[in-house]
Amino acid sequence: MTTARTIPTVKAEINGLECEVPEGTTILQAAERIGIRIPRLCYHPDLPAWAACGICVVKVEGSPKMLRACATPVEDGMRITTHDPEIVRVRKSVLQLLLSTHPNDCLRCPRNGNCELQRLAADFGIREVPFASRVASLPTDDSTRAVVLNPEKCVKCGRCAIVCQRMQNVWALEFVGRGDSTRLAPTGDIQLAESPCIRCGQCSAHCPVGAIYEHDETDRVWRALQNPDLHCVVQIAPAVRVAIGEAFGYEPGTVLTGKTYAALRRLGFQAVFDTNFGADLTIMEEATEFVHRFLHGAGPLPLITSCCPAWTDYMEKYAPDFIENFSTAKSPHAMLAAMAKTYYAQVKGLDPAKIYMVSVMPCTAKKFEIIRSREMFDGERPYVNVSITTRELARMIKECGIDFMELPDEEADSILGYYTGAGTIFGATGGVMEAALRTAHYLITKREAPDINFLPLRGLDGVKEATIEIAGRTLRVAAAHWMNNIETVLDRVRETRRRGEEPAYHFIEVMACRGGCVGGGGQPYGADDEVRRRRASGIYQDDAMSQKRCSHQNPYIQKLYAEFLGAPLSARAHELLHTHYRRRPVYAR
Amino acid sequence: MPYSQFVLVCAGTACDSCQSREIYSRLTAAVRSQGLEGRVQVVRTGCFGFCAQGPVVKVLPDETFYVQVRPEDAGEIVAEHLAKGRPVKRLLYGGAGRAAIADIPFYQKQFRIVLRNCGVIDPENIEEYIAREGYEALATVLTSMTPEDVIEQVRISGLRGRGGAGYPTWKKWTFTKNADSDVKYVICNADEGDPGAYMDRSTLEGDPHSVLEAMAIAGYAVGAHQGYIYIRAEYPLAIHRLEVALRQARELGLLGRDILGTGFDFDVELRLGAGAFVCGEETALIASIEGHRGMPVPRPPYPAVRGLWGRPTVINNVETLANIPVIILKGGAWFASIGTETSKGTKVFALTGKVNNSGLIEVPMGTTLREIIFDIGGGIKGGKRFKAAQTGGPSGGVIPESFLDTPIDYESLAKLGSIMGSGGLIVMDEDDCIVDVNKFYLEFTVDESCGKCAPCRIGGRTMFNLLTDITEGRGTVGHIEQIHTVAHAMQKASLCGLGQTAPNPVLSSLTYFGEEYRVHIKEKRCPSGRCRALVTYTILADKCIGCTLCARRCPVNCIRGERRQPHVIDLSRCIKCGECFKACKFGAVQRS
Amino acid sequence: MMGKLTLDELRALRERAQQTIARRQTAEGAAGEIIVGMGTCGIAAGAREALDALVETLNQHHRGDIVVRQTGCMGLCFSEPTVEVRVTGMPPTIYGRVTAEVARRIVEEHVIGGRLVDDHVYDRPATDLAPHLRAPGK
Repeated sequence: MTTARTIPTVKAEINGLECEVPEGTTILQAAERIGIRIPRLCYHPDLPAWAACGICVVKVEGSPKMLRACATPVEDGMRITTHDPEIVRVRKSVLQLLLSTHPNDCLRCPRNGNCELQRLAADFGIREVPFASRVASLPTDDSTRAVVLNPEKCVKCGRCAIVCQRMQNVWALEFVGRGDSTRLAPTGDIQLAESPCIRCGQCSAHCPVGAIYEHDETDRVWRALQNPDLHCVVQIAPAVRVAIGEAFGYEPGTVLTGKTYAALRRLGFQAVFDTNFGADLTIMEEATEFVHRFLHGAGPLPLITSCCPAWTDYMEKYAPDFIENFSTAKSPHAMLAAMAKTYYAQVKGLDPAKIYMVSVMPCTAKKFEIIRSREMFDGERPYVNVSITTRELARMIKECGIDFMELPDEEADSILGYYTGAGTIFGATGGVMEAALRTAHYLITKREAPDINFLPLRGLDGVKEATIEIAGRTLRVAAAHWMNNIETVLDRVRETRRRGEEPAYHFIEVMACRGGCVGGGGQPYGADDEVRRRRASGIYQDDAMSQKRCSHQNPYIQKLYAEFLGAPLSARAHELLHTHYRRRPVYAR
Repeated sequence: MPYSQFVLVCAGTACDSCQSREIYSRLTAAVRSQGLEGRVQVVRTGCFGFCAQGPVVKVLPDETFYVQVRPEDAGEIVAEHLAKGRPVKRLLYGGAGRAAIADIPFYQKQFRIVLRNCGVIDPENIEEYIAREGYEALATVLTSMTPEDVIEQVRISGLRGRGGAGYPTWKKWTFTKNADSDVKYVICNADEGDPGAYMDRSTLEGDPHSVLEAMAIAGYAVGAHQGYIYIRAEYPLAIHRLEVALRQARELGLLGRDILGTGFDFDVELRLGAGAFVCGEETALIASIEGHRGMPVPRPPYPAVRGLWGRPTVINNVETLANIPVIILKGGAWFASIGTETSKGTKVFALTGKVNNSGLIEVPMGTTLREIIFDIGGGIKGGKRFKAAQTGGPSGGVIPESFLDTPIDYESLAKLGSIMGSGGLIVMDEDDCIVDVNKFYLEFTVDESCGKCAPCRIGGRTMFNLLTDITEGRGTVGHIEQIHTVAHAMQKASLCGLGQTAPNPVLSSLTYFGEEYRVHIKEKRCPSGRCRALVTYTILADKCIGCTLCARRCPVNCIRGERRQPHVIDLSRCIKCGECFKACKFGAVQRS
Repeated sequence: MMGKLTLDELRALRERAQQTIARRQTAEGAAGEIIVGMGTCGIAAGAREALDALVETLNQHHRGDIVVRQTGCMGLCFSEPTVEVRVTGMPPTIYGRVTAEVARRIVEEHVIGGRLVDDHVYDRPATDLAPHLRAPGK
């Protein structure tokens, strides 16, 4: 047998044009190759075709009904028509039926101007809906304070449920009721906060309309900025800088760190920090923790990363047998916030109670993380006062009329602003592992790694594995992203555990969202793998251009340990930079 | 003192209206006057169903069958036949020499293949099934036929899926047989859900082993060793009988490992559905068995290639399977000799509605609706006028009187805008409003839509609301236009058969009864008086004699009037139930 | 119950079962059988009550020689509950609309008295396929 795989192809005719595509290609994909983007609503390239909406119907010779292009594979000899007056009429009728059950309040909708249904209505030139309007009256569920469900706007495309069940393996969302009263709801028709929801927000990122969206907290930020007693500081996560531009006309992956800093200053923040600095700090703690476990057995292996709050939430609910394996290091934004209210406050002579920390994250789960346990609080106030998503920041910038494109590149504020390339790659799947390995190598061998680019850990494969030789020892690592892949990795560990063998891996990185934080639930809409790839390449470009690319080389990190924390895993570091995990029932009462 | 001869006089509605009562009393009198009362008993019976030839008189035990008997024939029957043992030839069906029931075509209108054991054997006793050649087909298949032989016989038989769509059974089996997989499944679809249809329930209740035997044969033919029967939980008796049958078949080694010592393994498990109509759609059914919400997924891939748990799966409905043992025993060619060019064998119908003899019948394909309704069914109840027959349930359509003589098979029904469907056959009379009836069917599909795809979920409800407007006097010409728009979108863009066919009843009724819709819309009038919003009851003062009957019948007491004075209906309180209209003996209550 | 059948045992069992049924319907020892249609339609219309009344009345008259059996739906749904009576000396008869009262009359008038029960006789609607079912040569 040869190793070269040849995928058999099929030949078909689309609108009279010959078309040869690999077997398994759908009509929708095949049509794109000849320049026809068949209108669609429920289809999303991330997901298996659910075939619900009935917009992408096409004619196939010999079939009396119209077939869904999204779900029908091209077969040899098929003769396909993707548009004719009848097809357009059917699509338009279906669209009008959908609109007859959709609230007519686009102007007040979070997706106004960025809604896939609205775009279809515009494309089809819908001027009237002949059918009587029937909008169900259903309550909005904002119980998680992270992700809001507004079932009235739901078009039942099914994306969120498929994302939640099959992509994320969480099973918090499901269809309830049937027929015309079908609606999307937390499984069991309970409040979302009582469900197993991990607040990853992938449902909101995939929703074509305004039925699921982030819990908007821009008002709280505005109020804080307006309060003269407060010293408002802000930090931006690694993945924000490569995606926020999409809201202002940039291509995905454009690195816009300087312009984002500038925009934040113009919004009124007194100091602009960078979560990447926090990431460098996280690496110092986590890599040290790893080295202690790996070399000295100071805790079970594998060590599992914990910077992703949706993942820690999932683990506490679905995989509590791994609690002991979790890195106790807080996530970068939590570490940075703790440093802002202690170290920074001390250096600047500020009252920590007057410091108001806003974090801008690609993530909806961060809204929950900042209050998830006592360790996230400085007394009564959380270290991070409010966490907003990339989308919310983009709106704030637009509200002010700031011409983002014309902004100058600015620098972050000292002493929590300088970052290394290791800090920035936290935003992509595999990045935390790569950053940790760069420093772990140094900590173990006291020498820099010969090549700090761990390429097998990059890219969009669901599970990436690598073995690394350090000081004569073989290190087995894995990086998994989009939650459905994690069980595979955990099962391998469970299997070796059961047999009493060496663990399958020594170190595991998990990010809940597809592509890692670049594909986070709070990022600008419209992400698919191509967008995620481009955002990630922006991240790696930022890394490559950095003068320093390993966390332990960050002079401000060195200074922080020298002046304030002592050493990684010191008592003070433990107090401020670490947290703990506990078993939590899947269905909270 | 036991009688030795019995004279049965049909006292069904139809025969009754042609003087069967008079015949009964004259026969009784003649028996007495001939001194036969100790020997001959005259009894009134239920309808024989042979109403066109009524009144009918049957003599037992010799099973002589007299048709079109007049009261004045009574004396001759008694004097000649009963007293002297000489049948009255001029009254025999078809003239002289056609006395025995088995020779009368009417009794051959029905032909029982599927229902061969129903009402005959004890379904909870496997030995009675075995006594009637039960499991002989399986034994034959396992010992003397290859899987190819089996499929060949099914191909020759021309058997098509009885669940509704009529897909050739042998093709399904062949796809699954040829699919490359070490594990395959056979599913019996017993998720019968059409309103008015209960063929599958009765078959499973009356003859559960026929389905089990057929599943094992199908398993042998396609290479499956496990079968599932997906049956709705609302059929507790059928489930019980299946459980008993499964236990008995396993005990005798007719299911399980090494069946009849041939080395073939096959077993069957029951899976209960929660009564969602859409789960009769095969991909939704599979989802339901797998433990998911019963929602269809697009085909292809077809279950025959990728079905239950991703494995090749044959799904056949109960009635389809029940034919299989007979096809094996009597041969595909025998089966193919019954029926029409394209549709072979018989079809079981659940005959209901405004027909005298409602019930479960089985007729060869190609039988006309007229034969079913007027011969077997005994005609319309209460001597009313036939209006339409509905076949195919909520996926079918209405057939008007002008097509009653069409021989029914898959193709002819489709041509009429209906479908064969699973076998519900509902008869409507002049009192049924066609718009109202179709609203009923649509309400059913709207209720039973799984809610997945937009055309069905929203289109169905929208269409239902449009029909409601029409029945409540808010209809406009635009409504009909909208119904066509929605129907077209549903037919073309719905994901599964439920949505694609849901507009059929409305569309076919618009074709045949468009005038009735027009009257509802333009004249705001419901000719059959069903649509309450369009009906007003008033009392004609010149006809009312003041008997007070209507006032006493009125459930809301809205009729006022002194005794012997014309009464008046208070229209503001009238609920239009029509009780007064039915009660009045003087035609004084007017419905408009 | 017997164990797993071989092919020959299946056919032997069939022979025996056919003989049992034939005996039950015709033999001198047993006077006959009453078969109650116990499909869902029959039960809903009161077949259980009819069955109980049949058994009870037969007991009262010490007619243990008459076997009461159940079967599925006979198809005559408009006349449920339906009961088929096959006793020596009387034509096989189907009764419809058999209430408990009619059931008692069936025992007393038909089985014991040798008279049909007026107004409840129905007719099996079709000739039966079963006699022809056996494949040629089997």
